[in-house]
Amino acid sequence: MSSKLYEVFIRSKAGLNHRHVGSLHASDEKMALMNARDVYTRRQEGVSIWVVEAKYITASNPAQEHQWFDPAEDKVYRHPTFYPLNKEVENM
Amino acid sequence: MEAEYLYHYFLRLADTSLTMSQRLAEWCGHGPYLEEDVALTNISLDIMGHANLFYQLAVEISETDVSVDDLAFLRDVDGFRNPLLTELPRGDFAYTMVKQYFVDSYSLLLYRALSESCYQPLADVAKKALTEVQYHHERSHEWLKRLCMSTEEAQQKMQKALDELWFYTSELFESDEGMIYLQKQGIAADMESIREQWHSMVESHLIQCQLILPESGWVATGGLQGEHSEHLGYMLAEMQFLQRAYPGCDW
Amino acid sequence: MYSQGLTDAKGSEEPQELLDAFQKKIDAEIKIEPRDWMPEAYRKTLIRQMSQHAHSEIVGQLPEGNWITRAPTLKRKMILLAKVQDEAGHGLYIYSATETLGVSREQLTTELLTGQAKYSSIFNYPTTSWADIGAIGWLVDGAAIMNQVPLCRASYGPYARSMVRICKEESFHQRQGYEIMTVLARGSEAQKIMAQKALNRFWWPSLMMFGPSDKDSKHSEQSMKWKIKRFSNDDLRQKFIDATVPQAEHLGLTIPDPELKWNDDKQGYDHGEINWDEFMNVIKGHGPCNHQRMQARIKAHEEGAWVRDAVEVYQANQQKIKEEAA
Repeated sequence: MSSKLYEVFIRSKAGLNHRHVGSLHASDEKMALMNARDVYTRRQEGVSIWVVEAKYITASNPAQEHQWFDPAEDKVYRHPTFYPLNKEVENM
Repeated sequence: MEAEYLYHYFLRLADTSLTMSQRLAEWCGHGPYLEEDVALTNISLDIMGHANLFYQLAVEISETDVSVDDLAFLRDVDGFRNPLLTELPRGDFAYTMVKQYFVDSYSLLLYRALSESCYQPLADVAKKALTEVQYHHERSHEWLKRLCMSTEEAQQKMQKALDELWFYTSELFESDEGMIYLQKQGIAADMESIREQWHSMVESHLIQCQLILPESGWVATGGLQGEHSEHLGYMLAEMQFLQRAYPGCDW
Repeated sequence: MYSQGLTDAKGSEEPQELLDAFQKKIDAEIKIEPRDWMPEAYRKTLIRQMSQHAHSEIVGQLPEGNWITRAPTLKRKMILLAKVQDEAGHGLYIYSATETLGVSREQLTTELLTGQAKYSSIFNYPTTSWADIGAIGWLVDGAAIMNQVPLCRASYGPYARSMVRICKEESFHQRQGYEIMTVLARGSEAQKIMAQKALNRFWWPSLMMFGPSDKDSKHSEQSMKWKIKRFSNDDLRQKFIDATVPQAEHLGLTIPDPELKWNDDKQGYDHGEINWDEFMNVIKGHGPCNHQRMQARIKAHEEGAWVRDAVEVYQANQQKIKEEAA
């Protein structure tokens, strides 16, 4: 079977993002979707499924992890905790 | 009298589901590939659940203190009321899928009708079963397309399965005196109407799948009267073995 | 359900600085993900351990599946069916995780069917009575859980994540087995005998599931260093015995080991010598059911070939129709 590899994403309940849960093999999208339902939602794990053929995912390069993601490290001013609040103004 | 009719009707529904799920369960661990193995088992579990619910309806209406398991495991062949179609051996994947498509289509129409039953406990069970059967039907419908419109080998296997199974289908729509009575009370489904809907739905799909409907031949019957094929005896011998070999035990 | 820890790892010629950085990551409990650099030996060891684990799930369907059509009540039938289905699902999760290391499902399947790959020896024993289904759930799944819980923290991300999912799903497996044993042990005389015989049959093979004794286990050390194994075979085995003995006592069943006794100093049970010749024999393919199990898998695979072909051809045909229409 030269079937294709599909990645499976599940929304566990309304209001949440679809999350990657695993993969499976299927011959086409419809079968991939049905099999994802049978394999990955046997215990009410989801209300919605995405399947995407693995080859269509473009990923960042793990070797560039530092170049890409470290620059965000020292931008502390992007976080609310950077700003001390006056005691009288408790909630902001 | 009505209670007896109901009891027999529930057995008809339950036995059909039980024999169907028992055969499907034989695939567990032996499917054509892993994903499908898991999927077939899901369907079997759903249908076994339906059998359980229908047996419970029978238990509730029964005057004796019989249990669900007594009904499943302690009746002999002549007590079973399923159509012969569902007791046939598992066969190959083509045979299983054609049978599944026939029965899924039948269950879809039947449970849809029974959801409107004026006997509320039955309507409740039918509604629950219906949501599951809708998916089963979608699945077997998809499978039929794939197996019929692909390789020559698959096409041949499907045609052969159709030729063998077609004459078992008319029995699905039979009624007996009790069922006709219940239908008039608004409890049971109108099998003639289901027969018509089933034929128009199934035949158009089979033609779309480029299968050729067999013309005429021997037609299966007898399940409603407890007259079965030889296959049911073997199925029960296997299924009921423990209860028969160690009577009166808890498990 | 479980892997037996018969893996090995060869030395490698990779740059020391990469190796050091890799080990540093592992030591810091940072997970390794599929496209990260990893030593070839790590990859190979993982592939072997994970595929063996996945194969075990797949073959593990057979001894229990054997009883689905004969389960004694509707409830038991549904539970068993759901459980055996889980095994297939678990095999699938682990195959998926293994594929992230660059081996295809097809390759893994071929290795299993041609006998190149190993799977847990336990599944080469027959299930001859209903009580065996109880014993498998209780002992075999119990042993598997002991092994799998630490694997939820394995250093390889996809493996660890699949184990988390599996452990969550398997939590009912051992309980349903123990429940079967409880009902039998409190049932008729014949049922009690059935339960005792099942314990007799499955006790020693269950202990063998943890793999060879530490002194004979060649590859444990490296696997521990890489955190794809967290406890030694003997430690896990001891933990299993200590947990299981009181459960057997509660059932009123006797563990078939005359040398089994509580050791106050080590706060654990001493046990008799495991028959390692039998273990090696089964691993080598000479167990009571090795041949039968493989035949069943091969038959399913061969009989499914036309189905797998059909769905491919259907998809290709549909694609053609779409392109022509466009």
